[in-house]
Amino acid sequence: MSHVTSAVRTPLVTGGKTYADVTEDISRQVEGSPTREWTIAFTISVIVLLYGTACVFWTWWEGLGVWGLNKTVGWAWDITNFVWWVGIGHAGTLISAILLLFRQKWRTAVNRAAEAMTIFAVLCAASFILMHMGRPWLAYWALPLPNTFGSLWVNFKSPLVWDVFAISTYFTVSLVFWYMGLLPDLATIRDRARSKVSRYIYGAFSLGWNGSAKTWARYEYMSLILAGLSTPLVLSVHTIVSMDFATSVIPGWHTTIFPPYFVAGAIFSGFAMVQNLMLIIRVVFKLEDYITVEHIESMNKVITLTGSIVGVAYLTEFFIAWYSGVEFESYAFINRATGPYWWAYAAMMTCNVISPQLFWSRTIRRSIVWTFVLSVIVNIGMWFERFVIIVTSLHRDYLPSSWAMFHPTLFDISDYIFSFGLFFTLFLLFAKFLPVVNMAEVKAIIKSSSEKLPVSVSGVAKGERVTNPTFNKDAE
Amino acid sequence: MSDVTGNGKFLVGIYDDDDVVLKAVRDVKDAGVRIHEVYTPFPIHGLDIALGHPRSRLGIAAFLFALSGTSTALLLTAYMESFDWPMIVGGKDSYSIIVYVPIIFELTVLFCALGMVGTFIVSNGLGPTVKPLMYDLRTTDNKFAMAIDMSKNNLGEGDVERILKNSGAAEVNVKQF
Repeated sequence: MSHVTSAVRTPLVTGGKTYADVTEDISRQVEGSPTREWTIAFTISVIVLLYGTACVFWTWWEGLGVWGLNKTVGWAWDITNFVWWVGIGHAGTLISAILLLFRQKWRTAVNRAAEAMTIFAVLCAASFILMHMGRPWLAYWALPLPNTFGSLWVNFKSPLVWDVFAISTYFTVSLVFWYMGLLPDLATIRDRARSKVSRYIYGAFSLGWNGSAKTWARYEYMSLILAGLSTPLVLSVHTIVSMDFATSVIPGWHTTIFPPYFVAGAIFSGFAMVQNLMLIIRVVFKLEDYITVEHIESMNKVITLTGSIVGVAYLTEFFIAWYSGVEFESYAFINRATGPYWWAYAAMMTCNVISPQLFWSRTIRRSIVWTFVLSVIVNIGMWFERFVIIVTSLHRDYLPSSWAMFHPTLFDISDYIFSFGLFFTLFLLFAKFLPVVNMAEVKAIIKSSSEKLPVSVSGVAKGERVTNPTFNKDAE
Repeated sequence: MSDVTGNGKFLVGIYDDDDVVLKAVRDVKDAGVRIHEVYTPFPIHGLDIALGHPRSRLGIAAFLFALSGTSTALLLTAYMESFDWPMIVGGKDSYSIIVYVPIIFELTVLFCALGMVGTFIVSNGLGPTVKPLMYDLRTTDNKFAMAIDMSKNNLGEGDVERILKNSGAAEVNVKQF
């Protein structure tokens, strides 16, 4: 609109879409009956979720002894999965908040789904916190409630308590940000609804939105402040998660590099997950004109940047372990690379350091198949990163007589599978019942960033009452 | 939303393009018509200024909510850790503001975000049971509607309709609430 976009910029919306096309293309999957692909995917997810739920209940019923934990390795897959899922969530907030502050228009096509991913990923992460407590009915002990069981309050000096505050604030603010972004689009669906039931449901959730100029002005103001709040918030969350480790005295954890290194890794893995979800969504929902190769390339650039930061962090850690002269620290790192868990370290190094560097090639960066495969590899690598940090640092501690190995049991694996069931069930419900692309935001950028066709975006043929038929203002 | 007064009769000009409606606001105002409000499917920058809406004060509300979050966190940690049951952990003072920075930051953000969004919802009269006054259902899709409250204008219906048409309205409808 009022923004001037260079003529050499490649369009963000292709196919000469009008405002009405945007509404139609994106509302279609919400209004139609579920497709076969969706039904099959949803059924599988629910089955996985049910199996996982049964296993989680068994874990709680029997106790954490069903996991492979031992006296030496007290954190393993539980916290690995927790950190992995929280990290994945970071991409959504980065896209919705940081890229809003940087005025990156390409975020409009992916922010809705990425934020949904954030919310579901944080839920999955929280489920591991509940699981690793062993007695989830006592989870409220982590809150600063008047303690009637003893005389103490929670220890506010503990990073674990900071984490409770960080994760719950992050979840709440992300949910609110996402829901506020949904209001205009829910109103669009409400006004198009044919059946009474959907008009009622979408009407209730759209909170009576009417799109008046005054509401929009306040709305934009609020979005800006929410983005300003979410930006430091998202950086704080993984910083605090990293402090769960960094404030301890375990060699391999006790490093000041952890906060920036964790945040970069989080964004790295999050974008890889966004790529995987988006590449599927754009094909299944026929949204190739909205989520274009440009979008995929932009996200791959973020993956390359954050992947490189992670790579530098790995090398720095190794260097400092030697340079510090602390023999425990040096041993922890030599043991990581050459000890019994060398394969996990090798997997981490290959997946996270080498694979994102392939994106320096434009052909690979713009290839859908390469992007999908490399994104899966990045997420595998980031899981191994957390496994390496947690298990290899713990399994050989100060006392060689207590050295041990960690062997995952069926329940370690099944409880991880549970989180996939939960994530995909929620994500598929979102994809079916809510618009996966932010219609209002795409409409707002379409004039400046759309493929130039000789029909105006309002759908009126050239020359009829429209002052600006090519909608390329700067060219005039 | 109780923004309807008088007989509740409105003339609604429907526009096809955001740039046209933005220009039309000035033209219609210049012609001496009082505009009730403009309804659009997406935000149009400058429209609120053209309509003469005052600048939003949400920022002030957000700041005050943020302050309340900060002070809550300060009081909470001070009371629990230093006053009610002083604890020395890790050799740190029972009140050490540095270790409470994460808590203070998180509560500031939480109070600010929830308070501001709550203010937004209340100030716009939004809510799950609110039935919106829709001047035209297409304004959440691809049309832009300018509503003129006839009870607040001295001009006749024909004159207003002519002014709206001249400003670029594709159609002019009558809406009674």
